[in-house]
Amino acid sequence: MISYILRRTFAAVILLLVVTAVTFAIFFLLPRMAGQTADQLAQQYIGKSPTKADIAAVKQNLGLDEPLYAQYWHFIKGIVSGATYNLGPTTAHCDAPCFGYSFKNHVAVWPQLTSRLPVTVSLAAGAAVMWLVSGVVIGVISALKPRSFFDRTFMGVALAGVSLPMFFTGNLALLLFTYQWPIFGRTYVPFTENPAQWANTLFPAWCSLALLYSAIYARLTRSGMLETMNEDFIRTARAKGLRERNVVARHGLRAALTPIITVFGMDLGLLLGGAVITETVFSLPGIGQYAVQGITDNDLPPILGVTLLAAFFVVIANLLVDLLYAAADPRVRLS
Amino acid sequence: MTELSKTGAALGEPAPGNAPDAFLAVRDLKVHFPTDDGLVKSVDGLSFQVEKGKTLCIVGESGSGKSVTSLAIMGLHRLGAQGKHVQMSGEIWLDGKELVSADPDEVRRLRGREMAMIFQDPLSAMHPYYTIGNQIVEAHRVHNDVSKKVARKRAIEMLDRVGIPEPDKRVDGYPHEFSGGMRQRAMIAMALVNNPELLIADEPTTALDVTVQAQILDLIRDLQKEFGSAVVLITHDLGVVAEIADDVLVMYGGRCVERGSVDDVFERPQHPYTWGLLGSMPRIDRETSERLIPVKGQPPSLINVPSGCAFHPRCPYADIPKGDVTRTVRPELQQVGGGHFSACHLSPEDRTRIWTEEIAPKL
Amino acid sequence: MSETKKTDADVTAAPDEREILLRVEGLQKHFPIRKGVLQRQVGAVKAVDGIDFEVRKGETLGVVGESGCGKSTMGRVITRLQEPTGGSIHFEGQDITRLNAAGMRPLRRDIQMIFQDPYGSLNPRHTIGGIVSAPFRLQGVEPEGGVKKEVQRLLELVGLSPEHYNRYPHEFSGGQRQRIGIARALALKPKLVVADEPVSALDVSIQAQVVNLMDDLQEELGLTYVIIAHDLSVVRHVSDRIAVMYLGKIVELADRTSLYEAPMHPYTKALMSAVPVPDPKRRGAKSERILLRGDVPSPISPPSGCRFHTRCWKATEICRTTEPQLVELRPGQRVACHHPENFADQAPQDTVLLSVAREAAELVAEEVLAESAATSAAVAAVAAGTAGDTDAEAAGEAADTATQPEAEVAADVEATAAKTGPGARTAPAAPLRTGEATTEAEADRQDPTDK
Repeated sequence: MISYILRRTFAAVILLLVVTAVTFAIFFLLPRMAGQTADQLAQQYIGKSPTKADIAAVKQNLGLDEPLYAQYWHFIKGIVSGATYNLGPTTAHCDAPCFGYSFKNHVAVWPQLTSRLPVTVSLAAGAAVMWLVSGVVIGVISALKPRSFFDRTFMGVALAGVSLPMFFTGNLALLLFTYQWPIFGRTYVPFTENPAQWANTLFPAWCSLALLYSAIYARLTRSGMLETMNEDFIRTARAKGLRERNVVARHGLRAALTPIITVFGMDLGLLLGGAVITETVFSLPGIGQYAVQGITDNDLPPILGVTLLAAFFVVIANLLVDLLYAAADPRVRLS
Repeated sequence: MTELSKTGAALGEPAPGNAPDAFLAVRDLKVHFPTDDGLVKSVDGLSFQVEKGKTLCIVGESGSGKSVTSLAIMGLHRLGAQGKHVQMSGEIWLDGKELVSADPDEVRRLRGREMAMIFQDPLSAMHPYYTIGNQIVEAHRVHNDVSKKVARKRAIEMLDRVGIPEPDKRVDGYPHEFSGGMRQRAMIAMALVNNPELLIADEPTTALDVTVQAQILDLIRDLQKEFGSAVVLITHDLGVVAEIADDVLVMYGGRCVERGSVDDVFERPQHPYTWGLLGSMPRIDRETSERLIPVKGQPPSLINVPSGCAFHPRCPYADIPKGDVTRTVRPELQQVGGGHFSACHLSPEDRTRIWTEEIAPKL
Repeated sequence: MSETKKTDADVTAAPDEREILLRVEGLQKHFPIRKGVLQRQVGAVKAVDGIDFEVRKGETLGVVGESGCGKSTMGRVITRLQEPTGGSIHFEGQDITRLNAAGMRPLRRDIQMIFQDPYGSLNPRHTIGGIVSAPFRLQGVEPEGGVKKEVQRLLELVGLSPEHYNRYPHEFSGGQRQRIGIARALALKPKLVVADEPVSALDVSIQAQVVNLMDDLQEELGLTYVIIAHDLSVVRHVSDRIAVMYLGKIVELADRTSLYEAPMHPYTKALMSAVPVPDPKRRGAKSERILLRGDVPSPISPPSGCRFHTRCWKATEICRTTEPQLVELRPGQRVACHHPENFADQAPQDTVLLSVAREAAELVAEEVLAESAATSAAVAAVAAGTAGDTDAEAAGEAADTATQPEAEVAADVEATAAKTGPGARTAPAAPLRTGEATTEAEADRQDPTDK
């Protein structure tokens, strides 16, 4: 078991290195291959009408003139031990882990990310609880009474939920519950300040996001349950004389839900890296919104930072899923 | 009607609706499943009985309805998604209680306590995520109000009884950590944890190696002796039947074609399908004959069971009875000897002649 | 065409004079086990661990054994569907052990395989015509009269209708699918057909149909079969010679009659005694049954010496320390055992039973032990009569070195057999040895590095 964890952790670290390398290549190598000079590249890091000195400073700070591996080295070194940028009159210090420095706004990326992370976590966690509970419950009921009225209705709703895009359901929810009948708050309040207000503001966003996901989860659960309930061990459980609800809960769900853990972990990981559209629609100051800002400002370091953070979350979620799976299914421990 | 009551009387059973003397009695059982392709008549009028301490083997090929019969006795075919569409009639009497018309929850309370079942593939029949011990404990605690500790002790005791070495350690093992034979032993321990009086075994040794099969059959026999339970064993292997059965029931196309004591069925088989099964088997105890005598053709579909005698398209003797009686009239079970029944249009003389002159010498 | 004639001639020739089609020497297939953070190889599943045999033209070699004995792996290795990790395979005199895919290509015509699962081995999206004609397409062969005609001829050959050409596998029953598998295997007129459990997934009445079909086709086409199966009665029915495998080794290889009438390896004997016989009258004769203890050990770390010694009721010290070689004890019967049944003891000086063997013997009826002792002694006595023979020397040696009762046996087999002889060592009738034996054997067991 320990060897398994070590191996998976080791693999996760390698994967993260690969991800940083690829991200790095996209941001620094691709433009060069497309024919941009170091000056042009450096220009992108500064606002409009930069001076020659500014460009030179950025070029020097990022090492854009140096060979690629050296640039990558600076980049990794920054993440591990921080970096100092010389900005002519002043120097800016970017503490470890330095995920970049926005020359346009003169702020390091990392503090921005950490300050916005609680918003994204609040959004993702709340929605996750909602979709997991509703999706699994609907899926189980549908599976137990396949082709029933309930089954058909909810699978129809589920189909709609999957097909409707976030900017439709989200805006509709905003329109109805925040503007038409202002039941819910409009500005994000941290949980630590006022939990009730926190939940109140986030509720429409949770619902919109959960609608999308619970539809997928209901379908997953339904097909998983249908398959599981046909397994031989379910027949054995019934042959023991267990009540049907215990057969479903103890034997069916346990087996059917395990594969769903995998999907859930991945989805949550992805969402933590920024629910871009949801945060934008509901004006939540989260990571996704930060990325959108970076894109609209054509400010590369925030985008790079968000990309890396998202990758980090996905890789970690993946690792956790593997460990959870091993804990849930004793057969996995062998390999 | 008269025909039916005549056979009923011949079987020496009380009239339908009354409790029989036998411990387990099945009367005119029908289990039909509606499907998109048509009505699957898995079991279509089956009667038999088993006494305590006796073993009945139900023999048949895939699709003969033998497994559905076992599930029907346990009331398991009615559970699950397709269960509510099942059409079922007839009577199943277990120790004076009628199960077909009984409240499902009442049948549930009998399941695992008075009647228990073991299955063909113990790997898929056990939950992969729970330890063997937990699964046995669960089976015990469903019907007994005891603490987990007591149930665990009982589980270890049962594992020891079925011959699993180091039961106090193995009790915490998972099914995948057991070998095939050990898993089937654990499955038997689980089935017997509440001392059931009826044990149904559906192909319990088919997935096992011969040497392990010998061990398991031995175990079932010993346990039966010890607990005095009635055993219904379902198999396709006539070797296993000869090894363990007191009585034999041969099924074909959802119906019983021959029933009798094990000696009757092996020594004086009275149905061409039974002859076919005996002739199809290569035997290790005889000189090797050059060729096996197979049954021609394919097993019937349970949706379109052939008219008349279901076996007639495959029967080499279907043309002997006069007219097209084999194609139009379904033969009823008739007594051919004490406790020996056969459903065949051939005259008893023809059957005896064919068996002694044509079949037996070639086996 | 001339080749068919030649095969026919070979079939009629005496078995030993038939040409060897396939020769396997020291064949090994180990699957590595990797563990730990670095996934280093920490061991291997020794699925096939050094086996030798040959298959002659026109014969059927049956391979039996329990699950995990490596028989299926052996089948896949000799057809080169898997790479052997050691040993050599010669097909028609040509070394094919290390041939690459291109080198194997022409041989794929000559060596075909039939699989157990008639459901899994046919692609559900292809028509029967497509499936059976695949070998022609893959090998670029254009049969006389066109592919379709040839495929339809093949379908008829295996008892299907030519009209089935455009149907799909799911429209067929298990037995019919197995026929399709056979038709596909026969498409290119192979010389060797390796069939892995060809009938075990089929119903009894259908099994017989397929067994008969394979029989007929062998006669008609002069095929050579290697049939791998766990069902001893089926193997006995179809085979000319039979190899019994246990934990990756062949423990006995003999012609059918010898094997079934006078098995020499205790495992063969146990295996055969376990086969249920469709005859209720034999049930009372429980004494014939040899129940083996426990399970087959793991092929990752097979027992030392003779691999069967952990479950054998005749195992002595030599069985634990020295691996018996597969030697031809009787013409046409090769056995790997120190204390064979129905034959003179190969290690008569070694009489002390291991304690596991004593436990195992408790499950073996005394009649069986006595009978085995009697037959072994009888053989020894006969052998002793023919001087100059090596077996006789061994038997003579046995008489000299072995303890008193053994000599008596040679003198008066019938009378004393029940109490003496190799098999009776465990019987309560021979208490004088057990006391000493226990301590000795146990001392040895505690220190396995001793020898």
